[in-house]
Order: sequence, then structure tokens, then C-alpha cells
Amino acid sequence: MSILVDRDTRLVVQGITGREGQFHAEAMLAYGTAVVAGVTPGKGGQQTLGGRVPVFDSVHQAVDRTSANTACVFVPAAAAPDAVMEAIDAGIRTVFCITEGIPALDMVPLVAAVGSAGARLIGPNCPGATSPGRAKVGIIPGSVHREGRVGVVSRSGTLTYEAVQAMTDAGIGQSTCVGIGGDPIIGTTFTDVLALFAEDPETDGLVLIGEIGGDAEEQAAAWAAEHLAGIPKVAFIAGRTAPEGKRMGHAGAIISGGSGTAQSKVDALEAAGVRVAGSPTELPALLRDAGYRG
Amino acid sequence: MKIQEADAKSLLLAQGLPVPAWEVARTTVEVRAAAERTMAAGATQVVIKAQVLVGGRGKAGGVKLAASADEAEAVASTILGMEIKGIRVRKVLVAAAADIVKEYYLSAVLDRSARRILLMGSADGGVEIEQVAVETPEAITRLHADPYLGLLDHQARRLAFALELGGHWKAGAAIAKGLVRTMLAYDADLVEINPLAVVREQDGAATSGSRERLVCLDAKVTLDDSALVRHPDLEALRDSDEEDPADREAREAGISFIKLDGTIGCMVNGAGLAMTTMDLVKRAGGDPANFLDLGGGARADKRAAAMRLILADPKVEAILVNIFGGITRGDEVAHGLIEARSRQTRDVPMIVRIVGTNAEEAGRLLREASFETAASLDEAATKAVAAARGATA
Repeated sequence: MSILVDRDTRLVVQGITGREGQFHAEAMLAYGTAVVAGVTPGKGGQQTLGGRVPVFDSVHQAVDRTSANTACVFVPAAAAPDAVMEAIDAGIRTVFCITEGIPALDMVPLVAAVGSAGARLIGPNCPGATSPGRAKVGIIPGSVHREGRVGVVSRSGTLTYEAVQAMTDAGIGQSTCVGIGGDPIIGTTFTDVLALFAEDPETDGLVLIGEIGGDAEEQAAAWAAEHLAGIPKVAFIAGRTAPEGKRMGHAGAIISGGSGTAQSKVDALEAAGVRVAGSPTELPALLRDAGYRG
Repeated sequence: MKIQEADAKSLLLAQGLPVPAWEVARTTVEVRAAAERTMAAGATQVVIKAQVLVGGRGKAGGVKLAASADEAEAVASTILGMEIKGIRVRKVLVAAAADIVKEYYLSAVLDRSARRILLMGSADGGVEIEQVAVETPEAITRLHADPYLGLLDHQARRLAFALELGGHWKAGAAIAKGLVRTMLAYDADLVEINPLAVVREQDGAATSGSRERLVCLDAKVTLDDSALVRHPDLEALRDSDEEDPADREAREAGISFIKLDGTIGCMVNGAGLAMTTMDLVKRAGGDPANFLDLGGGARADKRAAAMRLILADPKVEAILVNIFGGITRGDEVAHGLIEARSRQTRDVPMIVRIVGTNAEEAGRLLREASFETAASLDEAATKAVAAARGATA
């Protein structure tokens, strides 16, 4: 098993005819993901990616014709919240939103509506998720992975690739790697993903990649201490040298009013029995130290 | 984006909130004229407040009272031009000094973990709310606005009663609703009134009576950078006086750049990786000169702008380039760096690490051009620190 994406994932890519949508839909297909449909309003009836993927005008049509069960949103920020709601209205219950730059106040009613519908939104401003050897949804390069039994959850993009590459190089494979996104308001939190991994019989170890800003890492630490005591788990926190009051690239990565510091997160994780690495390259050794035997 | 108090007050006023009149002045002559007008309208004292985007203005001597136009001019000469936390004061706000009966605190802020707008109110106003939160958390009333309907009337009333506003509770509830309205109208992530105050005002010049009114005496608003595209008018509120020229070039090039004090310039793709690169430089015994995230699929022009920004800092003794290629192709980055170095006016050692898409080709190109390369991030950081030391020695 794995979480969020698997062999039964049937993906519809929203914004598939755009530059990013094309590039990444191609990479997802190459990885073996069942990309069954694309949506671009006004381009319904066309075929894309060398005739391998049909394009529809709406997600509703795509779901009707192809039984898509997962959506990946690449549309621009101004239209992205509507794209997420369209997928959910069409009956899709797992939506990845890769789009960056959605205003935070647009996310407030959106996450509430997604929750009311009983659906799950991952992101926005996230790299997606990969279950190595099964499927990948989003933009994580397929080459960094190796099949295995460690679950990875991260707020970052390239830093995730770095950490996963380090694990793969050390011979530690992954069950699923999930990037939850670097925005202040996101659909799926660290704690939500940890809860999914806790239920996955094929995940035996956990890696959490956090960064400065907010208190999601602290909340995840508290949850892990209570529910994941028996499983080896390690973490890395970026931004130990970040100055206060400056937004470090990600909209959510900011230390404000003394809260959201790397030290606060490191302390909370260590108190919860999560070993924290000083560099992403130290994660594999630390995970084995914590008792992981994969 | 942070905006000045005077601009924040304009936004509140436009949303119908009670804000006492003010003027903005840039010279002592302008301050004098503003003080004269304010006193002619009935004020016995004026307050002169430095307009800077940092906290602690009062403690730094940036907020002062004056009882005459002469005094206002003299006070202004001490405030205009002073530095508060490294920021030079170029303008001041001039207003009638308030006759304060009691101060309160009221704010609306984006609550990340609840994923809603959080309203916070306290009867202890005029002080640091962070301090109140730590020392007497029960003194703060918190409630979340509805994600679809905003702040409801009954919520605004509860907040007003919790603040013990007495006869001013209706005005308080209206202000609470106004804060949320302001937030939504301008995509603010914070609207803070500290203090919200009951003030005594003269009831017109002819009568001897006075009346009390609840007003927003100070205002702090920060805007969501991601939403500025749909508020082109608010872009004008960006304070170009306080923005570092390097920050402006970075913003215009679409690069996330933050200048720091160290000697090792960093060029990285991805925010988390950029922070990690800084952390590892520090861990290897060096000090990062900047945070720099090129963003995804960084084009050649962005990389050239990034190189200019890093080299513009005279303290930079070495440059660490760390690129994890996904969308970004390693060989393209290598070509760009080789070309950039050929045009470089200052000879700064460069340590380059490129992994991911086309990394092997990138490594070959860089070695042929005799660049220092590194396989791991830790090795790159160690080499950059050594190179910076070598340059200093």
C-alpha cells in the first residue's frame, strides 16, 4: 500500500495544455501514472501528449468519460481555487494544487468548502506526491525515488528532492513522499499526513521536513508523540539562520513575534522522540539509529 | 507588504472606521504648517509620530508631543532624519494629541492553524499584545470569523462586551466588523488597532461641553504579497524610501532575495533548499551573505540578475551555487555560470553544485571551465567557507 496516490490513481490534469501542465503531465505519464484526462475549457475534443490523453472542457466530462478519481491543478493563481472546487463538484475526493501565489484569504473559504465536501486538498504551492514504483502526481522528479517503506512529508520542494535523494543514495526506499506546500493556509497538514501514514501497513519509518513559520511542526510533534511512539522517525528543519520578520521565499516561511522559529520546532520534535538532523544528508543514518531496519 | 501607519489609517477610513484626522509632513516647515492648522481647529497639543515600518517608535524617541507650532517645528527637527532600528525617518504624521480616557487592543489576523480570520481583543490596550498573551492570556478574547460569512453581528457584540466598552459597545462592534471588512477589501493578513481608545473631544468650539468617542488611534496593516496583483492601487503604498535598492531589483526580477551580514553569497533554486544552504554554511563555520531563491525553472535572465545582486555586496568573498535540477536543466545553468563569470568584474571564487536533470553534463562543463564543484551540499558549504577564508587571508 501507500497513501494518497497508488496504482489505482486515475488522474485528470487541470490546465494540461499550459506550459507547466504539458511538461509535468508528460513526466507523470513517463513515470507510469495513469493520466487519463486533461481539462482546458474551450479545448475539449482535442488529444494531447502525442494523442495519449484526451482533453475535456470540464472536469465533469472528464470524470464521466474516464472515471478519473484524482485531480492535479496547474491553472494560474486567479483561477486555481475555482479549479479545485470544480474537481470536487465533479466528485473527485483527492485534489493536488501545484499552483503558487494564491491569496491567503481565497484559501479560507476554499479549505472550509473542501472539508464540508469530505474531500482532501493537498497544497496549494506544493510539489505533489509520489508513491515510488506506483504513481506520481505533481512535479517531484521521478529519478530521486526508490521503492521502499519510509514515508516522507515536507513543506518544501527542492529540499524534499534533496532529502529523498539522500535516502535513495543510502539504499532507503520510500512508500510515499508528500509535499504539503509552503503557503500559510494549506489543505492538508503535517498531522493529517502522519495520520494517513499511521494507517498504512507498508510504512515503517517516517521523515518530516519542516521549515520556519507557523506551528504546524509543533502540532505534528505532539500528535506523533501520542500516536506514533513505536515507529522510527526523524526530521529536518530549514531556517535555523533565518532572520526574524523576513519572508523566506515561501509565503508561510516567516518568523513573526518570536514564534515560528526553527529552534521551537526542533525542541518540540526532539521532546516528542523525533531525532532532528543537522543536514538532509544525515537523515538516512539518523533513521537507522532510530531503529529503522529497511 | 508592510505599509505606513498613515496609509493604514487611510484604508480604515475608506472602510468607514473612526480615525481622528491627521496630516503627513516631510519637512519641519510642513510640520509647522500642519501643527498650525491642527491647533486652529481646536487642538491644544499635537503629536508628531515618525513614519517607519519598524516597531518600537515610541521607545526610540520617534513619537513626541508639542504645545505650539514653534515647539512642533523643533520636535520635528529631532525626529526627521533620526534612525530607528537602522531606518531613517523621512516623514512624520501630525495629529491633534488625543485626550485618552481608556485604551484597548483589537486586531484581525490570519490564523494559519485554524485556517480562519482570528479576532483578538483586550481591555489592556497600548501595550505589546505578545506580552499580554504570555503573562495574562485570559485577558485576551479570541474568536474566529465564519469562513463564508465573515464576522457575524453576534460575534462582534460578544467581542465588544468582552472588552467592557460600556456605552461604546455598539461602536466597538462596528469597528470589529470594520477590521474584517478592511482585511477582505485589501487582502490584508493583519489589521491591528493598538490602541483602540475612548477619547475626550471638545464638542465644537462654541460650547464648553466635551464628549467621548471610540477611535482607532494607531493602525498597523500588512498586505498579502500574493494578492497585490489584484490591487494595483495598493502597490503605490510600497515605501520606496525604505526599500533597499537590491530588494527592489530582486522583486522586479522575480527572485526572493534577503540580504544578510555574512561573506558567502548563495544562489539556490527553492526556498526550503535556500534556507538549508544558509544553515549549512553557518554549520561549516561561515556566514551567509544572503538568502536567494531563484524559483522553479529559473531562466537565464533570472540567474544573471541573481549574480549581479550577490556581487553588488562588497562583503561577499565566495559564492555557493546550489541547484537541484527538476524543471531546471543542469547543463543550462552551467553554461549560464560560465558566461556570467567571463563578464564578472570582481574575481570571487565560486563553488558550484548541480544535481538532478543533466547534472553529469553540467559537471563536465564546469570542470572544463575549471570551476570548483562539489558532490554533496555539505561538501559545497565546507568548500565555500574555505574559499571565503582564503580570500580574506
